[in-house]
Formats: sequence, C-alpha cells, structure tokens
Amino acid sequence: MYARTVPIVPASRQKDGAFEYLTTRKDELIGWARKFSIFPYPFVTACCAMEFMAVSASPYDTDRFGAALPRFSPRQADLLMVVGTVTHKQAPILLKVYEQMCEPKWVMAFGVCATSGGFYQNYAALPGIDKVIPVDIYIPGCPPRPEMVIDGIMQLQEKIAGSRHLIVNDRF
Amino acid sequence: MEPPLFDGLKQAIVPASGPGVVSHGILVFVLAPDELLPTVRQLRDAHGFDIFLDVTAVDWIGQVPRFEVVHHFYSTAHKVRVRLKVRVPEADPSVDSLVPLYGSAAFMERECHDMYGIHFRGNADLRPILLYEGFVGHPLRKDYPKQQEQPLVPYRS
Amino acid sequence: MDAPHRPIANPVRSIFEQTLREDSVVVNIGPSHPATHGTVQIIAELDGERVLRSDIHCGYLHRGFEKECEDHTWHNLIPYVDRLNYVSALINDFAYCGAVEELMGVQITPRCRYLRTLLSEYSRLVDHLTCLAAGLMELGAMTAFLYLVMIRDFMYEHLAALTGARVTYTYGRIGGLARDLPAGWLTRMEEILNQYEDFISRVHALVDRNRIFIDRMRNVGVISTANALSYGYTGVMLRSTGVPHDLRKDTPYLAYAELDFDVPVGIKGDNYDRYFIRMREMDESVYMMRQLAQMLPDGPINVDDRRCTFPEKQLVYTEIESLINHFKLVMDGPAVPAGECYVAHESPNGELGFYIVSTGSGTPYKVHCRAPSFVHMGGAHLMIDGGQLADIVPTFGSINMIGGECDR
Repeated sequence: MYARTVPIVPASRQKDGAFEYLTTRKDELIGWARKFSIFPYPFVTACCAMEFMAVSASPYDTDRFGAALPRFSPRQADLLMVVGTVTHKQAPILLKVYEQMCEPKWVMAFGVCATSGGFYQNYAALPGIDKVIPVDIYIPGCPPRPEMVIDGIMQLQEKIAGSRHLIVNDRF
Repeated sequence: MEPPLFDGLKQAIVPASGPGVVSHGILVFVLAPDELLPTVRQLRDAHGFDIFLDVTAVDWIGQVPRFEVVHHFYSTAHKVRVRLKVRVPEADPSVDSLVPLYGSAAFMERECHDMYGIHFRGNADLRPILLYEGFVGHPLRKDYPKQQEQPLVPYRS
Repeated sequence: MDAPHRPIANPVRSIFEQTLREDSVVVNIGPSHPATHGTVQIIAELDGERVLRSDIHCGYLHRGFEKECEDHTWHNLIPYVDRLNYVSALINDFAYCGAVEELMGVQITPRCRYLRTLLSEYSRLVDHLTCLAAGLMELGAMTAFLYLVMIRDFMYEHLAALTGARVTYTYGRIGGLARDLPAGWLTRMEEILNQYEDFISRVHALVDRNRIFIDRMRNVGVISTANALSYGYTGVMLRSTGVPHDLRKDTPYLAYAELDFDVPVGIKGDNYDRYFIRMREMDESVYMMRQLAQMLPDGPINVDDRRCTFPEKQLVYTEIESLINHFKLVMDGPAVPAGECYVAHESPNGELGFYIVSTGSGTPYKVHCRAPSFVHMGGAHLMIDGGQLADIVPTFGSINMIGGECDR
C-alpha cells in the first residue's frame, strides 16, 4: 500500500557497469550523510519516554550518532520514533504524522508496545504500529535499556547506509 | 477505633436501606438513587466534605439491579473518607450528576459513562473521554469481550 | 504516492459549535505535541495570542488497564499497575499492594514497612526530577534538564541494582517485596544523595531568581483555592494554593507517622509555586530517606503468610505442601476475601487511590485506579483560559500530567 523508499531494481536495468559503479558510490556517499544526520520526530506517548529522555542525555547520548536533535514538525523530520503504546484513538494521529513526513523517511518502533502492543492485548491498544505504517527497525523492551536503543539506532544506520538513495529519478 | 465524626454522620445520614457501616476505615452508605443528590449536598455543606475524589461503577452482571455506582468523598478538615453506593438497573442506568456541586464531576462522570454506560442526569457533556467517537459499546461491562477491537484506521496488508 | 487518498477518521468531537467572537481562531494543539506530553489534545479558541476558552481531550493513552486487571490474578497484574504513573512506578506498586493487603487483612513486616517508605520517597525524588527536567526543558533551559536527568540516571541504575529494571520495576508484592537490599545499596544511596544536593544547588542557582523564569512562571497558570478544592485537586496542585493537605501527614500510612518532615505550601497557586514546592519536596524526601536509612530494622521482607507469600524454592522442591501452595498461588492467585476496599497513597501528583472489589477468588472483580492526573486535567482549562498561548507550555508542565495515569 505504501511505496517504500527503496524500489526493487528490475533485472532489465542491470546492465551498465560504469553507471552502476557511479550509483553505488553515490549511494554510499548519500547513505553516509543521511545516516549521521538523522532528525527524529519523537512521537512520544508512554513509559518508554523515560528511556527516550535518558538516551538523549548523558551518559548514553544519541547526539554522538547525529540522531539527537528532535524536530517537532513532521515536515522537517526523517525518522519517526514511535515511543510507547499507540492506542486506537491515537492511530489516526500517527498515520497523519507519518503521511506528512517527506521522503526519505524511516520508522522506529521503540518498545514492545509499539512493536506488537506489548502486554496490552485488548480493545484499546493497537497491536503494533506496523498495522498502520511500515516500520524499519523494531526495538523490543519494556522499556528498552538505553544501550538497546543505541543498538537499534546503529542497526538503522547500517540499513540507511546500505540502501539505495534515489535523488534524481528512479534510476539514479 | 473510628473517628468521632463517623458517629455524627451515622446519626445525621440515615438512608432507607439501613445505617452507614465502617469498612476498612471508610464510612459506607448504601443509598437509593433519589437520595444521592440531597445526601451529597448535606455532606458538602454541613459536614465539610470538600473534595469529590472519585466516581466509578461496578457491573454485577447477573444480579438485579445490575450496576452499582460508587462515589468517594474526602474532608480536608476532618481527614476522613466517605463512600456512597447507589444501585441502578440495567434498563435505566442513570443517576443524578454531581456537576452542580463539584467541578471534578465533569470528567469523572464522562469516564464512568464511557466505561459502563451510566447516564448522569444533569451532566450536559457526556462525550467519550477515554474512548473515541464511533466506539460502540461500554468496554468495562462484563459482557464486552476484552479483545474486541474497533480500529479507527483500517489495518494495512 | 499511487494510493488514493482516503480521509483519516477524527477520534474526537469538539465542544465548540461556534466561535465566541467573529475574529477568533480555533487552534488544535496536540495530541502529538511535546508540550502536551504526546497524549493530550487541547482545542483552543484564540484571540490573537490569548486563549479565550479551551477544550481538553484526554484518552489517547487509554490502554484498558481495568479490563486487563479483570483477566489476571492479583499478583500478575502488578506490572500493569507499575505502568500507570510510570515516572514513580514504585508508589503505584505499594499503593496497590497496600490495598490488597488491607482487604486480605495481611500485616506487612516492619522492615518491609520502612523499606517501602524509603522507596516511595525515592520514587517521589525521581518523579519530581523528571517533572522539573521536562518543564524546564520546555522553557528552553537545556542545562537544567541535563543536570536533572543525569542525577535521575544515577537513581535509575541504583534502582536497577535493587529491582532489576530502570523504569518500571514490578518490585512490590502482596505481603512484602520481591527481594531484599543488596550489599552496599545504602552506601551508594548516600553517594547519590550527596551528588543530588550538589546538582540541585546548581539548578537553584540557574533558575530560582532568573528574571526570564520568573516572568514566565509567576502569576501564570493560577488556580484559586476554592476552584482547586471543587475540581478535586490534591497533592502539589492543592498545596500550591495554600491548603496544607498531604496524606502522609493527614492520614499517615506505612512509616510516615514516625518521620520528621515538613510539607511545603505555596501562596499563589501559580506555576512558580508548584516549581518551588517540588524543589522543596525533593529536599524533604532526601531528609526522610536519610532518616529511614538509619531506622531500617532487620528482619524478613515478606510476611510469613501462605495466603499471599510464595514459599522458599528449596521447600517447593522438597515438600508437597509448599509445592501445592506455590502452584495454587501461581495458577489461581491469592484468594482475597470478598469485599471492597479503597486505599490511597500520596503520590507525587496527589492522591493515588486504588478501589478494589473482590468476590473471594484469585482474580479481581474490579481494580479501579483513582488517578490524580485525570482529575487535574478536569480543571486545567481554568488555568489556561485567559492566558497566553505560550503559557500553556509551562502550565501543562507544572501540572505533571502523566499519560499512563491520566488515561489508564
């Protein structure tokens, strides 16, 4: 339903070696730049907010990874960090914020409630945000220790570094 | 060892169903629905119960009347609590609202209405507060299945 | 995007049918907003920058706590109770366990009583640190935020050494606590309290007499005593208006009757009063913790009552009676006698009460949490209306609305 930022390259396109070398180098450069300048949108709801505050401050400090500066406008952010339980009442808000973000964008499910609903399996809580938006990285924990969050951010950085970044058209 | 205020209250407030009983440190009165508003007014004005702590309901499914609406009050002067319980039937689960007496009644009665369907006569604003527009049913009733979800956003995939 | 645009449902309905004036604007703040802590929506009608009236919508974090409780045993639902006021999770544990113990007629041991008091005050410290850190950061004082969160992090690690978790501990048990203090815990506590005093003095120096801070917080978010009482305010909110109401003094529970402490009370009911009351309450909590560390008696942590306390693992593996007892407690839950009970503790936000109804089985019939944050939201419009739009931020921060408790 939602197009991902990295479309699969059809086999018919894989021919020109020099061009592919250029796109690979370009992807590495853009990936390196994007992974170290993540602007999170902290979609913070519940208890995981405490660990989000802790991971943004010392001694864990997401600023070392370039991922500390929150942008509270979805237009200016590229990482949607969904921190805490998303209920059915909050789901339309989450969808609206996600749709307002511009490409390229990534989504992090912070905590088990965002991943799967946690232990709130009832009428009120959404059983995982991937029911409404696509998710790039899941960080389990209730709440996850700050080291787990940093591990998640680093894995997301590897994912960003290794993905294709189409900046001109659907080939380059 | 009861607070001396409780004796005065037990003599001042005598509901039709019987005198007040002290249960775990709180004086409990079981009232008829029409006794609620005058009793609360008396508690607030004559006995100094200035904080309306909480209103909730218990769903005694299978019993008649089905719902029991429970109010708690606290007096900052005397430092004691009082509980009022009113039984209402399933066919007409309505009690008088305490909005004219206490400001805190507004939100708490909305929550009780959301969760149990108790109608508070006199509270003009009974919009859903913890649930959302379009939610059908009252989830804390015993016949509402816990996992019956009503998603607002259709699930993808 | 190729997908056709479909309208997204609106979960709330505003109470404003018509604007009060021709030229006023209705603005939506939240719920995904840093000032409203991500879970409260304020629909405000503005005349320029001034708020004419506001409509506050909670419920965005309603996770069905009461319904979940009816499906679990009295023991199994302690993690849910933790996540109500998740900044001071231990107080929720102890208030709930206190309610069940009252209904069961279980008397906790002296060591457990003093330790619960000490940990309640520790949680109060953590809660006030978080509230002040978030509030000051929203006003732009990043340094104060970083100082306070650093001290809070030491406390989290310290509590993790005791309970195993940093934020939500699930440490209270019916009839006692999960485990006793590890060696050296009280020494480390004293070290942390000394560092706390150092950093708090820095925050005092930066903030207390700061002209900008006073301009933003004095006479902002004022609530009168009559309104506060009518709207069910308790805790710091009520004390800021001048009413010396504190359950630790008025209806003492746990070991508070034996402690020497003051209850700070405000004068005007504005944001600055609430800030200062929280700073003073933290100092009182530190004083109480030091007294309790001296007074802590030796002895068992859990009461020796097989209705609620799990038997020793050695006995469970060797004796059939202990095995059956353990099995019954795990599968059916502790049998709480039929009846109802309401027990309230003084949480950092106010009166946190648990109203529990039992029908005699191991699972509760009803567990209701009287949440101070929810009741405070009912009167928040009184503090916001008539003020500036920018004043909503510090006012909301000083209410210390915790979503898990407000929406349950």
